[in-house]
Amino acid sequence: MTDSNNHSRPAKLALADGTVYLGRSLGASGEVTGEVVFNTSMTGYQEILTDPSYCGQIVTMTYPEIGNYGVNSIDVERHGTALAGFVIRNESRIPSNYRSEASLSDYLREHNVLGLAGIDTRSLVRRIRSVGAMQGVISTEDLDDDSLVAKAKAAPSLVGRDLVQKVMPNQQEKWTTELDEWSATECARGAKIVSNADGIEDSDRPHVVCMDFGMKWNIPRHLRSRGNRVTIVPGNTSAEEILNLQPDGVFLSNGPGDPEPLAYAHQTIGELIGKVPVFGICLGHQLIALACGAKTFKLKFGHRGANQPVLNLATEKVEITTQNHGFAVDDQDLPDCLEVTHRHLNDNTIAGIRHRTADVFAVQYHPEAAAGPHDSHYLFEQFQRQLTAGASA
Amino acid sequence: MPRREDLKKILLIGSGPIVIGQACEFDYSGTQACKALREEGYEVVLVNSNPATIMTDPATADATYIEPLTWQVVEKVIAKERPDALLPTLGGQTALNIAMELDANGVLEKYGVEMIAANAKVIAKAEERDQFKEAMEKIGLDVCTGFTVNSLAEARAALAEVGLPAVVRPSFTMGGSGSAIAYNKDDFDALVQNGLDQSPVTEVLIEESIIGWKEYEMEVMRDRDDNVVVICSIENFDAMGVHTGDSITVAPAQTLTDKEYQRMRDASLAVIREIGVETGGSNIQFAIQPDTGRMIVIEMNPRVSRSSALASKATGFPIAKIAAKLAIGYRLWELPNDITQKTKACFEPTIDYVVTKIPRFAFEKFPEADATLTTQMKSVGETMAIGRTFQESFQKALRGLEVGAFGFGSDPKDKWGTDEQPDRDEIRAKLSTPGSERVFYIRYAMKSGMSVADIHALTHIDEWFLEHLMHLIELENEITELGSLDKIDTEKLRDLKRRGFSDRHIAAMTGTTELQVRSHRLSENIRPVFKSVDTCAAEFEAFTPYFYSTYESESEVPPKTDKKRIMILGGGPNRIGQGIEFDYCCCHASFALQELGIESIMVNSNPETVSTDYDTSDMLFFEPLTIEDVLNICDEIQPDGVIVQFGGQTPLNLARGLQQSGVPIIGTSVDTIDAAEDRELFQSLINELGLRQPPSGIARNMEEARVEAKRIGFPALVRPSFVLGGRAMEICYDRAQFERYVAEAFIVADGQPVLIDRFLEDATEVDVDAISDGTDCVIMGIMEHIEEAGVHSGDSACCIPPFSLPQPVLADIRDATRKLAARLNVIGLMNIQFAVKIEADGPQVYILEVNPRASRTVPFVAKATGVPVAGIATKVMAGKTLAELGITTEPIPRHVSIKESVFPFRKFAGVDIVLGPEMRSTGEVMGISQVFSMAFAKSQLAAGTVLPESGKIFLSLSARHKDDVVELGKSLNELGFELLATEGTAQRLSEAGIAVTQVKKIAEGHPNLIDYLKNDDVQLILNTPSGKGARTDEGKIRAAGVQHGVPCITTLAAADAAVRAMRAVREREMEVESLQQRYALSNQS
Repeated sequence: MTDSNNHSRPAKLALADGTVYLGRSLGASGEVTGEVVFNTSMTGYQEILTDPSYCGQIVTMTYPEIGNYGVNSIDVERHGTALAGFVIRNESRIPSNYRSEASLSDYLREHNVLGLAGIDTRSLVRRIRSVGAMQGVISTEDLDDDSLVAKAKAAPSLVGRDLVQKVMPNQQEKWTTELDEWSATECARGAKIVSNADGIEDSDRPHVVCMDFGMKWNIPRHLRSRGNRVTIVPGNTSAEEILNLQPDGVFLSNGPGDPEPLAYAHQTIGELIGKVPVFGICLGHQLIALACGAKTFKLKFGHRGANQPVLNLATEKVEITTQNHGFAVDDQDLPDCLEVTHRHLNDNTIAGIRHRTADVFAVQYHPEAAAGPHDSHYLFEQFQRQLTAGASA
Repeated sequence: MPRREDLKKILLIGSGPIVIGQACEFDYSGTQACKALREEGYEVVLVNSNPATIMTDPATADATYIEPLTWQVVEKVIAKERPDALLPTLGGQTALNIAMELDANGVLEKYGVEMIAANAKVIAKAEERDQFKEAMEKIGLDVCTGFTVNSLAEARAALAEVGLPAVVRPSFTMGGSGSAIAYNKDDFDALVQNGLDQSPVTEVLIEESIIGWKEYEMEVMRDRDDNVVVICSIENFDAMGVHTGDSITVAPAQTLTDKEYQRMRDASLAVIREIGVETGGSNIQFAIQPDTGRMIVIEMNPRVSRSSALASKATGFPIAKIAAKLAIGYRLWELPNDITQKTKACFEPTIDYVVTKIPRFAFEKFPEADATLTTQMKSVGETMAIGRTFQESFQKALRGLEVGAFGFGSDPKDKWGTDEQPDRDEIRAKLSTPGSERVFYIRYAMKSGMSVADIHALTHIDEWFLEHLMHLIELENEITELGSLDKIDTEKLRDLKRRGFSDRHIAAMTGTTELQVRSHRLSENIRPVFKSVDTCAAEFEAFTPYFYSTYESESEVPPKTDKKRIMILGGGPNRIGQGIEFDYCCCHASFALQELGIESIMVNSNPETVSTDYDTSDMLFFEPLTIEDVLNICDEIQPDGVIVQFGGQTPLNLARGLQQSGVPIIGTSVDTIDAAEDRELFQSLINELGLRQPPSGIARNMEEARVEAKRIGFPALVRPSFVLGGRAMEICYDRAQFERYVAEAFIVADGQPVLIDRFLEDATEVDVDAISDGTDCVIMGIMEHIEEAGVHSGDSACCIPPFSLPQPVLADIRDATRKLAARLNVIGLMNIQFAVKIEADGPQVYILEVNPRASRTVPFVAKATGVPVAGIATKVMAGKTLAELGITTEPIPRHVSIKESVFPFRKFAGVDIVLGPEMRSTGEVMGISQVFSMAFAKSQLAAGTVLPESGKIFLSLSARHKDDVVELGKSLNELGFELLATEGTAQRLSEAGIAVTQVKKIAEGHPNLIDYLKNDDVQLILNTPSGKGARTDEGKIRAAGVQHGVPCITTLAAADAAVRAMRAVREREMEVESLQQRYALSNQS
């Protein structure tokens, strides 16, 4: 039995505000900079590691025991990992779960993720909460505090950067993977699930085109399992190209970083609205807002976790949601064409919008969960109704 | 949806006495509910029979009825108070069952009372197995294969379907009472019969066994608009097969992937919706097959529970409080999260630490009981600990358990490396059969070289847990190898502390002392920080000062202000002899300090309690009660005073050590506490004051004991010193008994001397609670015991005011109390036990024991008199005089209050129930009336001893009481009872002209009394024992009585009182009255 905690080398995390944490290296060696953020999910570290929206970020898990159930080949949200670094309090000595195929540290090494373990993660979280998300650096090579703080200060901010380019696909792709048994069982309670095995021809399925800005795979899985033909296109595809695919609806995915600099996407979405039903999640939600003339702003430290309450203003019901965003749609100067449908219960920020005249709606959070609760699956049903209405028209 | 305006007055039912399966957690939830409802402007009516609760304080509800918890009595309360609604989900299984009975008997309909939160239909759907199973199948969830049966024949048919091993669960019992696993057909028949007897509806469930599966619990809340959230997930360390109340449990779930967790969450939401719990909390239990992931639903409790109390303490989310607010109409998102203030209660807490709960058992009190852990709960208390890692929280919990372990090994009780070191066979046996000490045998297994895989195979405990324990053993071996404190480098030492190793444990490994390790690590600047429990993993600022220690870099305790800080040390896990009574005192101490403008700081490790509600004190430290942990807190908060008087023996045991480390103990000095414990010192003090004590002596070995016995004479009372609750205390009538019991006492004494007293036969025992401020001493209550001296004071019934003692005797008692208080310089509470014996020259008052601290009777005295005794004592300790507080005279109420004890015998089949000097009760009830007889009748009813109105009574008195049998028989005859007796007694009664039916002794064949019991043909047993033990004829009869639910009275005094009570209930209606009314009447005098 190897004990990664005891045999690993010292490593440090430095923040731009001058705070330095000494811990032990976990996974790969080297040095990496990124925006330091925290996620409050107690489960789902593998989904978080593979979520492209974390591109450019060093993610701290607030739950201290990580790696308990290992990693497997199912709980994957994208090939590879996109995050810059991973910070935890304690890595489990062994994974214990019948689904486990490898340990967390092996996985990190395999994917060349720089990790840090053993630090007072709660004090780091409190730091971020009070100062705001800031740039940081993890290093196994340079352990000099002054040098590290200088590097953290010099690291580029996420604001104004197009990180989508790093994680979006470079070509169009057909998607046929279904939900795994875990999600399918739950969905089957409330909705019709269509299996590939049912043998329905593509031509008989509604067609969804997904603009992929760094999409989590559980989204197209949901779309597929609801009976659609799913085509994925890069996030910089033009409206004309998309409309040429004759979609019954367009889906706008999540993705990393600031939505503001993605002018190409604003333009495309602006051209799609009114022509075809549009559904957006997370970055997709922000892009719809920007395309309609709204503004976005950077939150102090964002919302990242699987316990985020959202109030549906129409039903007055609360959904517990998964969230992962550092930017949000601004209430100020919200254009008349948009209506707020959901609000974050904790800070009252906008969590969902819809277009007053076109078939367009979007949420800031993640109805596909993975990791997280399934309370918001109904949004896929809602989109499905628009798709089938469009397809039969 | 705001609060309901159509409701004005709400009835709440408490859970009654502390019993196994139902403890302080319902005082915690009930108190929260009362506070929450009153905060919203509702009038709250409360019924609970347990005086030792915060919930039954007159200030907690608008009308407080300390009355027996039967539906008939509650109906009287309803008739009198006419509440609009009944909230049945906050008083445990007891409240739920009474609510169901009120509904079934048409009471709720008759008085127009609405059941809120969960109605009768919902409760039945959750609790009745067939309905529940059907509901689960409807929503596509797997359940155990099982069948509900009402007879043995049906059970046998069911067994053919499920196969052995099979689980037998009686319906509608609390704490899984009567549940067990049958491995063969004989056991199966016995368990089914037992289960049918225990179930109030004569129904048991026969189920497939899922022993060895992983067990989980989910705490779920729902509002009336169908918003549902999960508050906490809990994973059991012990696999399926051990009742969750007896399992070590860990929060949050540790070994589930998000996919598995979300599946369980989806299922939990589906269950609460399908069952239809309208509002409030529910607990849902799941089992997961570890190799395939198959998940089944075990059961759901449509109410707050022990687990929800644990979940509240584990997360900081006040489930009971929120449940109460949801019941009156609010939606989750309309209620604030108290801790963050800015966010709402509608979210799912996320925690950034690990919580471990470990149960505490009391098998040493019931040596004849089966100590195997099964699906029926047997533990009497629990401790919880919080750490940043599993290892840290687990080791903290072990030391919080207060069983002599200071972590996972190397403690003084550790058998490894001693003569008692268990061999491999014993280890394997102890691993495969779960028992209260299994966790220590896991250690022995690891020390002996057994692998994690092997231990897993024997225990089914997940390897994740075992691997972390193995790591602790590896570290221990490494440190033991180093052999000296100096050789452990700073980083290693810090690592050990981060993994929860106690100073004491490190001292044991390095041949040093706890204080040496402490000063060494302080010199290395290795000290704990204190972090907040905040429901949100620091995402938001926390305003609730609820802390735990850990070895990290940043502390979160606010700096000291101008306000004085006084720390109260709590009582730790419940055990027999130390339970809710002390928690009640600690809470009152906190309230009193706040009234004085002093910051109150609570330290305790018991998750069930009101004291560990973050709302009770200005700061709460959820920590083990050990010298190390308390000193660490003192370092951090610099208290101006520490109170050790209120938490029972636990804080007293720490007092000397704390004082030596410079901690300011307030109130009665540590020297005085020791003087009262020191026999020789105490004896000279008694002589000096001209008081009397039974002849007594101390023996350090058998030889000395014999010498003392000769001097003192028989009967003699033998007991080990420094032991609580009369452990191994026995009365010896002759030399042979003396030899045997003294030998046992030396074993229990564990190196300490054995105490020998002359036992005063047929004396009346009296308890006195008094407060002294150093100048004045005011008596708060004089309690006359019903049972004669010799029955442990915690087990006997007692009465305020005294019912038979003459005024001169009371004057002597008062005088002795004042003298002792003055001589000992008591500041705060004091309890004295007296014995009054009629001697040739009249009644004589003897002093049995003086305890300069809060006693178990403090809450009873407070409820009987309406005087907040513990609060007054606290203010005195904080420097006020009794005169300043206006406390100058002894309160003597106009009504009669009787405290009766409640025993766990039904959980321990076959145990002899005879009362003795060793305390075995778990809880207490109180009966109040204008007259003694009715108060006694109420106390018996409340304790579950249903005195019959007609039928047969079995009478069997020991030789010592043969003279009394005729009078007793006559009284019973006059009341219309048929008498049964064995030969000797029967003859005596016949000779006196009293009709009696003679029954055979067990050895004489049939029909004997056991046959009558089995045929439900005897309603009461009056048996004063001449012998003790489960093997005697009498013992068998008494145990059989318990198993058949036939009350059994074992002292003559109680038998007399019972006769008076039975007469009283024929002559008049049992009245109910609120405490508030009774106090008002008393004050008019």
